Amino acid sequence: MKKNSSFSHAHLLYVKKVKRETIFIWIMRIAVLIAIFGIWEILARIGAIDSFITSYPSKIAITIGNLFVENNLIYHLGITLYETILGFLIAVGLGYLIALLLWWSEKLRRIAEPYIIVLNSLPKIALGPIIIVWCGSGSRAIIFMAVLIGIIVAIITMLNGFLATDKNKILLLKAMGASKFQILLKLVIPGSLPTFISMLKISVGMAWVGSIMGEYLVSRAGLGYLIIYGGQVFKLDLVMASTFVLCILAALMYATVALLEKILIKSSK
Amino acid sequence: MNKLLELKNVGLTYHTLNDEICAIDGLNFNCNESEFLSIIGPSGCGKTTILSIIAGLLTPTVGSVSVSGKPVTLKNNDLGYMLQKDQLFPWRTIEKNVYLPLEIKGINSAEKKKYAMELLKKYGLYEFRKNYPEQLSGGMRQRAALIRTLVSNPKLLLLDEPFSALDYQTRLSVCDDVYKIIKAEKKTAVLVTHDISEAISMSDKIIVLTSRPAKVKSIFRPRLHGDTPIQKRECSDFGVWFEKIWKELN
Repeated sequence: MKKNSSFSHAHLLYVKKVKRETIFIWIMRIAVLIAIFGIWEILARIGAIDSFITSYPSKIAITIGNLFVENNLIYHLGITLYETILGFLIAVGLGYLIALLLWWSEKLRRIAEPYIIVLNSLPKIALGPIIIVWCGSGSRAIIFMAVLIGIIVAIITMLNGFLATDKNKILLLKAMGASKFQILLKLVIPGSLPTFISMLKISVGMAWVGSIMGEYLVSRAGLGYLIIYGGQVFKLDLVMASTFVLCILAALMYATVALLEKILIKSSK
Repeated sequence: MNKLLELKNVGLTYHTLNDEICAIDGLNFNCNESEFLSIIGPSGCGKTTILSIIAGLLTPTVGSVSVSGKPVTLKNNDLGYMLQKDQLFPWRTIEKNVYLPLEIKGINSAEKKKYAMELLKKYGLYEFRKNYPEQLSGGMRQRAALIRTLVSNPKLLLLDEPFSALDYQTRLSVCDDVYKIIKAEKKTAVLVTHDISEAISMSDKIIVLTSRPAKVKSIFRPRLHGDTPIQKRECSDFGVWFEKIWKELN
């Protein structure tokens, strides 16, 4: 790196411009958020919108506070988080292993293909009643749902990543006398790291869909339960508050995966 | 001179659901030790297939291929393969890329690694050993790819159009580089190319193939003054040879 003083004036101006733009983007992002909440709050207070149906930000904040004290928000949050993370890990881990098997054996891949296509297009929510009968109406059923929704996409994404390995690189390794296992270890797995990372990102979203969907169906606790319960008893404050907490959790989990991405890329270099 | 590579009556037929295609038929040629042999032919005549057979990646339907008198198989092949693009693994440093054949063949000893380092030093890549392929120019990457094929000290090098992905300027200089390295290491090389001038400037012997099914049409031994491909290109006879082979190809 050159020292600051050795850059031309034009370059310094350019850097300044780029930095200014970034700051502007951030300010605007926060401004949009404040505007939405502000307008929402004002409209509800002056009675332009029916706050019974829409609730409003300060009420939501108070509800979150109350939930925290009275209804054990941490408990509900913990349950949902536990189900989501476990569902995510099982779907990703199992999906990766199955994709490896399917890469390894072309025959197996061809046999499994129609089943994977059917399972992929089937709306997993339709299996709800079966899952309840099999797993009971607790956390197990919800984790099962999260895995079911996540795993197919994980398999398909990973398998495509493995199959996209450069044919010429495989040829090169074969000419060196490499075994299939060596090709897997030296080329296919490290080469598909970018696919693995995007698979993780997709799977985070899938796991949330699965766990909330599952909680709608069967649960007696969790954020999904709070939302569906709030809807049934027409407590929109509760619905909005739970949804808001859910948004923050989902964003945090995505940020965790993004952090993992940075670590993985650094360690692979 | 000793025959290093020998193809006897090699034929290859492959099958699709609707057809049976005879790609190579009765192919005979050989290559002496430390000779530089080029194979040229009309496109789609199966040049790359011939290299795959020599490497043991494909088994010929009939005939035999031997290196130093022993039939080739994938497990015992003593050769280095160089492809169109450098095929360096982007997640490995140059050094780790060069070690790859040693890891695959399970001969990852300190002594072999030292030899790899010597090659990197000799051919000007030592300072870049900790860099990643993307940080190097196309020419340097192709040189690294050549060193990778040399570390296991193979008897025979197979080059499958190794320069065709490079732009013309780089191509001439990399061609020169590769030639010098191969001659300095006293290696035997078989080059597949569709570029007549490249073949003339590099080879001791040129084999012209017929269109499919591939057979040997004629053999040339261009004798040009000069020690490097670029010098040979400047030789006054160059055009004569070009003309001869051009006519033979059409």
